[in-house]
Amino acid sequence: MTTRFDPNLAVILVAAPALWFIPAGFKPYGLYVVSLWLVMSIAAMGLNLTLGYAGLKSLAQGAFVGIGAYATAVLTKNHGVSWPIAFLSSGGLAFAVGVVLGFPALRVKFHYLAFVTLAFAMFVYLVAKNEEWLTGGVYGFSNIPRPVIFGVDLSRGLPFYRFVLVVTVVLTLAMWWLLRSPWGRAFLALRENWMRAASLGVDIRTYTLLAFAIGSAWGGFSGALYAPLVEFIDPAPFAISASFVLLLTVVVGGSGFFLGPFVGSFLSFVLPELLRVTGGWYLLVYASVVLVLLVICPTGILGLVERGRDHLSQRRAAAMRAAARPMLEGSEAR
Amino acid sequence: MDQFLQLLIAGIATGAIYALAAIGFTLVWQTSQTINFAQGEFVMLPAILALAARDLLGLPFWAALILATAAFLLLFGLGFKRFLVDPMLKHGVLPLAIATMALSILMKEGAKDGYSAQAAQFPSLVPEGMVTILGATVSSRDIAVFVVAIAAIVALQFFVTRTRLGRTMQATAQNPTVARILGVRVERMILLTFLINAGLAALASYLISPIYLAKFSNGEFIGLAAFIAAIVGGFNQVRGALAGGFIVGLVDNLAAAYVSSAYRTAVPLALLVVFILFKPEGLLGRREERTV
Repeated sequence: MTTRFDPNLAVILVAAPALWFIPAGFKPYGLYVVSLWLVMSIAAMGLNLTLGYAGLKSLAQGAFVGIGAYATAVLTKNHGVSWPIAFLSSGGLAFAVGVVLGFPALRVKFHYLAFVTLAFAMFVYLVAKNEEWLTGGVYGFSNIPRPVIFGVDLSRGLPFYRFVLVVTVVLTLAMWWLLRSPWGRAFLALRENWMRAASLGVDIRTYTLLAFAIGSAWGGFSGALYAPLVEFIDPAPFAISASFVLLLTVVVGGSGFFLGPFVGSFLSFVLPELLRVTGGWYLLVYASVVLVLLVICPTGILGLVERGRDHLSQRRAAAMRAAARPMLEGSEAR
Repeated sequence: MDQFLQLLIAGIATGAIYALAAIGFTLVWQTSQTINFAQGEFVMLPAILALAARDLLGLPFWAALILATAAFLLLFGLGFKRFLVDPMLKHGVLPLAIATMALSILMKEGAKDGYSAQAAQFPSLVPEGMVTILGATVSSRDIAVFVVAIAAIVALQFFVTRTRLGRTMQATAQNPTVARILGVRVERMILLTFLINAGLAALASYLISPIYLAKFSNGEFIGLAAFIAAIVGGFNQVRGALAGGFIVGLVDNLAAAYVSSAYRTAVPLALLVVFILFKPEGLLGRREERTV
């Protein structure tokens, strides 16, 4: 494995302190929006592992965020469990469910897998809506407590945002490490050519299940932050359209690019809030922007950036060749 | 028993509408590998367009219907293919499928913001009334829906199998390369399938909206029903989509009555999962090459 320094890590290390200080002067609403951006980036990061790196098309990430959010709400509100334990349980629960949902992925591929996961997402939504004893039905949960961590009260906007940032950075670094480990290589091999990967001794079964389960666990972690952020949950934000939007987020940001989820999440969750000035039309504008972006750059925004960089370096190389040509031709003539 | 018969007939009527949506879905999939996640919204929108034309332009209802159908064919038959599918298809199936998801949000929000967030009455195209068949009371609307949908499907089947144009279209669907070599204007044939898809969606829209009211969010369950119908019946067969449509309509109606109305949507979904896992080619479909 190369030991070359990864520019993605540099971006994380520079962006994290900047993001710690920049929103200090924001109003509560602004803080909510940037917190939401980070929370949804975590979910998108998980889906990026499943879809972008391992190539498994899942339409259930919204359901895993829902599982995490409901688990956290039930544990912290009804059972008085402390948030860190609820957080780990949410991720663990999503991981376990992800393993189970990963089994169909062993049998079917492509759009069939998308439909199986879609069916699962719908089922989770129906459970959230109908099992009132557990989930509060359509009324959901209100007044979900924000945690106190190491004696720091996070009930106000700024401390909670900074807390979300710390969790996001930790999860991002964990994902970064995971993708550079042999596991990450195995996930890539799975996407590129699973038959060949199998012939080289990669255990397809284990890695498919792991890709699904780890991606889902990130969805659960995201939900564990979502519940105390919004302080109220009901089934609506976890309907199948949420899974669609998360898939859109990953693809528009750049599927298979490490920082793609953050770019995509900005577009899917911050842009609509900025567009609220357009009145009721903001989702319409957002959907149009996404459509146009997809038609222009189907590999996502970071895919476009990469293409631009390749193009530039090619032009530079061409210019250098052109500059060198007289010299070369001269030497041939001699 | 009477109740069972009533449910059966209502199930067949909604099933016929699902079949219309599912047939369009499979046609578009066959000719251009487009998984149209906006198929449900395709069925939602024409009715809203017709109501908008009636209310905002003050047209009589029949004229509004014609205008809405024409606009829909132009925008979501021709326009959908030209401006979304054509530029995106060369990048593979996934980006295009994602783009149709974005399109579905666009259509839903457009209907909500442009017309109404409320469910609106959509005039029934046939007189309301009750008919007694074998001791069961059935609404004449259900029968009319069934008759119209079946007529459309029979006409389509006749067109595809008995006319020259239809057979070339089928050839394009089965093997575009060979069709092109044999002199078929493949592009034109693909466009034709998109127009047929839009036409079937518009018909389904006008049939289903009097039953469920016209609302921007209708596409969610119709789209789901169409996917399930297409997969259960066989993704690559028009016959399969037809059978799948009826199965989903029946299962949906019977599940609502006998299983649980809260989980009625889950029953067809369970059917879908069982099919995908154990018979992914569907009831009537051909097995597809699925190695790499």
